[in-house]
Amino acid sequence: MNDNPTRRAALLGLAAATLGSPYPVAAQGFAGLGQTADGFALPDPAYRMHFPADHGPHPDFRIEWWYLTATLHTADAMPCGVQWTLFRTALAAGEADGWHSPQLWMAHAAVTTPTRHLFAEKLARGGIGQAGAQASPFTAWIDDWHMTAKKPAQPHISGHDALDALVVHAGSAHFGYDLHLTAQGPLIAHGQAGHSVKSGAGQASHYYSQPFYRVEGRLQIGGAEMAVSGDGWLDREWSSQPLAPDQTGWDWFALVLADGTRLMAFGLRDGGAGYTSGTWITPDGQATALANGALSLAALAHSRVADRQIPTQWRLRVPARGMDVVVTALNLQAFNATIVPYWEGPVDLTGSHLGRGYLEMTGYD
Amino acid sequence: MIGVVFGAIASHWRRNRVQLAMLLVGLALATALWSGVQAINTEARAAYDQAARTLGQDHLARIVAKDAGTIPLGAYVALRRAGWSVSPVIEGSLRLSPEVGGGRVRLVGIEPLSLPDGARSINLGGNPALLRSTAPLFAAPQTATRLARTTPAPAPTQIDTTLPEGVAFTDIATAARILGRENPSFLILDAAGPPPGAALPTGLVLRPADPSADPAGLTASFHLNLTAFGFLAFAVGLFIVHSAIGIAFEQRRALMRTLRALGVPLHLLMLAMGLELGLLGLLGGLAGVGLGYGVAGALLPDVAATLRGLYGAEVPGTLSLRPVWWLAGLAIALAGTGLAGAQALWRLWQMPVLVSAHPEAALRTGARGLRLQALAGLSAALLGGAAGLWGEGLWAGFGLLAGLLLGAALILPMGLALALGAAIRLAHGVRADWFWADTRQQLPGLSLALMALMLALAANIGVGSMVASFRQTFDGWLDRRLVAEVYVTARSEAEADAMRDWLNPQVDAILPIWRAETMLAGQPGDVYAMADHATYRDHWPMLATAPDVWDRLALGEGVLINEQFWHRANLRLGAPVDLPGGALPVLGVYSDYGNPRVQVMIGLDQMAARFGDAPRTRLAVRVAPDRAPEIAQSLTQHFALPDDAVVTQAAVKAVSRAIFERTFTVTSALNVLTLGVAGVAMLASLVSLSAVRLPHLAPAWAAGIGRNALAGYELARMLALAALTFVAALPVGLALAWVLLAVINVEAFGWRLPMILFPADWLRLGALALLAAGLAALWPAYRLARRPAADLVKVFSNER
Repeated sequence: MNDNPTRRAALLGLAAATLGSPYPVAAQGFAGLGQTADGFALPDPAYRMHFPADHGPHPDFRIEWWYLTATLHTADAMPCGVQWTLFRTALAAGEADGWHSPQLWMAHAAVTTPTRHLFAEKLARGGIGQAGAQASPFTAWIDDWHMTAKKPAQPHISGHDALDALVVHAGSAHFGYDLHLTAQGPLIAHGQAGHSVKSGAGQASHYYSQPFYRVEGRLQIGGAEMAVSGDGWLDREWSSQPLAPDQTGWDWFALVLADGTRLMAFGLRDGGAGYTSGTWITPDGQATALANGALSLAALAHSRVADRQIPTQWRLRVPARGMDVVVTALNLQAFNATIVPYWEGPVDLTGSHLGRGYLEMTGYD
Repeated sequence: MIGVVFGAIASHWRRNRVQLAMLLVGLALATALWSGVQAINTEARAAYDQAARTLGQDHLARIVAKDAGTIPLGAYVALRRAGWSVSPVIEGSLRLSPEVGGGRVRLVGIEPLSLPDGARSINLGGNPALLRSTAPLFAAPQTATRLARTTPAPAPTQIDTTLPEGVAFTDIATAARILGRENPSFLILDAAGPPPGAALPTGLVLRPADPSADPAGLTASFHLNLTAFGFLAFAVGLFIVHSAIGIAFEQRRALMRTLRALGVPLHLLMLAMGLELGLLGLLGGLAGVGLGYGVAGALLPDVAATLRGLYGAEVPGTLSLRPVWWLAGLAIALAGTGLAGAQALWRLWQMPVLVSAHPEAALRTGARGLRLQALAGLSAALLGGAAGLWGEGLWAGFGLLAGLLLGAALILPMGLALALGAAIRLAHGVRADWFWADTRQQLPGLSLALMALMLALAANIGVGSMVASFRQTFDGWLDRRLVAEVYVTARSEAEADAMRDWLNPQVDAILPIWRAETMLAGQPGDVYAMADHATYRDHWPMLATAPDVWDRLALGEGVLINEQFWHRANLRLGAPVDLPGGALPVLGVYSDYGNPRVQVMIGLDQMAARFGDAPRTRLAVRVAPDRAPEIAQSLTQHFALPDDAVVTQAAVKAVSRAIFERTFTVTSALNVLTLGVAGVAMLASLVSLSAVRLPHLAPAWAAGIGRNALAGYELARMLALAALTFVAALPVGLALAWVLLAVINVEAFGWRLPMILFPADWLRLGALALLAAGLAALWPAYRLARRPAADLVKVFSNER
């Protein structure tokens, strides 16, 4: 299965950039993600997820995130996308009171339209209540940004879960949004029961998603406010060392096909053949892991973005499912120039299948 | 060719080593004092810049607790969660152990993740060791060294040369651990300001950015003072250089003529002379800059203490070597040499090839020259007076000073000539006639040195009078202003109430010290509440009062203002002062020495009505003076107060006086150094003159005055001239004192001091001047006394 490289990048980036990591990034994987996990817990294939507990933080692991992307359109049919991400990174395993907590938090929010890409970033330390996450009642927050469960949780297709109905808010001087998320399907565990392998050497994370959100809400860009609706996808992942030292970046896709099928796919680049993984999710929530090599990714076109060449058009094939699509960025310049910079934006699908989704690309310098 | 010419010219110095030494010493001294002062100023300015950038205090607002306590951690988090861009700071003082001299260091714990960009001049954000409760303390070199040696060591220390001295920065978690509290001392608000429509919860108040926290503005006057002194010293030093170069040139006239007659082109001669001047300037300048570094290093600790005491500005007590400063010092030395040598070069240019040289001719300035010079002096004095009358600000004050000093110096030779003329008329006997006439004849050669002496003496009298007046006034003022025996600062209003209850049965009176900050006439100032109590009625140092001032103040019908406010806003009694809640008239003005801020006092009821939010955490306690230490101690113990929460009147006075004394250490030191330079100037002139004096003395010797007697006359002549110069310097010095007290101080600090005369000090200074002159004359006189008679005879045989 896969993971979201950008997120790790950002997370490790927090450690690397803010804390001045002594590790040369190039030699240790993207943004220091390939560091060893001294003192931290390691992902365990035998671990079975429990909810709502696993919606909350896992402070013994070094990194973790709550990662929401949504492909939306406005009332007058303009396509757009929204990102809301809370990262946790630990300077040491475990938790302590007040200022002495080793937990640090970082958040990114972004809005992308065909012509604009706006983003904002927040940093906070844990232990004092300025940022954090709790499983039940679910909430994840940093300052005035938050992702919080609505009360009471509403019934849906596959039983009750704390993440079934959420409100999400973020804002900056230039943009903001308030979204209501309602799950239309079950939680999905990636890899083997949520143990998602990232390299041939066995690096892994715990990874599950809620890819079935129906999203309604309001978006403000500049002074203008507009109603939006569409599909949302929440990723939850935690680990201590998700990348192999020679892995330099990744390309990660979260796609919603026209027939309701969801596809999570990623490729990790290592200068050789790379490592791919994915999950094929039927509209009713049946998930099948796609092993290394079961999908193929090829960059079709590059764009000049933030002084670097970034592939903004891809060919994605899953031969076993008869899928052969071209994935094209809605806005070529959907670049988050945050402490750890990366590309993250909405994409459109053409070819054997139609659909929309989100693409994340890291490690392009 | 140039080498040969240069060698011929420079050979002069081989034969006149003392003259060379004088020239170099003069140049070195002039450069030393000037560049020493510059070094101090540069160091201080660098420190101000650093301090002003610290946490963006000069341009970012802060949120503080209304009761001057800490901000609950929950309140900080609630503000962040309501969208406020604020960053917490835990601040406190760290006591150092006696091994490192005791004292305190301000410990500032910052939160690097939320620190606004505008506060990031302290950029510890990139440091890997932060964000933990085990972070090191970052401090400037001296502070870091003291922190590292104090016991027990609070945390590892790391040197960061971008930080100001006296402060240690660290992560907020580390500060929380060391200071033992989690609650922020204050919050820094990002430049974006509060979120739209947001209001602060009760208990917290917004304190606007304080541009006056930048001490550069406040301390400008102090540094201008230093600069003026440095310049004075430099000018005095240049007198020496000028006279030495002039004499050396005159003595080489014959040589020049010979060289020209031999066919050396004029431009080559000029080049060689220029080269020589440049070389001398470079040598003297290098020595001067080195010496200046020593002077600055010696004075800086006192300057640092002064600035800390008067303005709360931290300046490191040690000097860092700055290349710019070295170069500037050398440049001013070269420029000074050029200025001093310009006249000599000009004379060389004008010199006819075949006219015979008269070395002493140039030393004679005719009566017309003296009159012209005196006229120039008069104009300078008038210009200075005009600057003082019609100019504005500190520079006008300094213009007045410059005009006064320059004018007096230029008029001096004319004055001395007149005095000597009178002496000649009054003299009886041949020897007396000869003595006075010969003295007057020497006047032109000595006049530069005497002018330097007069400047130094006048500066001494002026500055000495100012300091002494200030000291006497300040002592009296302290007695009146600090009437209460014990001063207490509580940590909260509740604690202050508890203290009041506890103290009430034991003491004579408890007076609240209730303070609020507000803008007064466009600048940040303080408003204090004044209880209606005999303590104030009987003692408060009023400068001007309206009738029934105390009753009307208690009724809330007006305010008292400090002298600084009075001068800066140009207020009169009865004029309205704008305050929140409406203007009130001025009922009185009180002196408030040493305070850089403007201040207003209002009655308790008015304070409650207008500044009800102001913290009421400080108390002044009246008790029998002998019981004060006991009350202070038991209060501290009973409430477990920090050491600095209770201070006795005696302690405050001691600290105030110590600050005062250090304030003028620098001025006094520069004073003494200037006098020393003047002494060297006299020595230089006399040594140079002695070489050309023989033709004057030989006839007297031939007429029967022995060499010892001649030497005695030489000594007496110098003493007489010094005494006359001192007499001339006295009124100039007193005028200088008046300008300093009534013009410069008012502009620079905002207060005017009464001028008090100290004749005993003048007598001491007069004796010092005579001693300096005597010492300067002693050696040339001694040489004259030991001169072989043959030299004197030769005068007649060599007569040209």
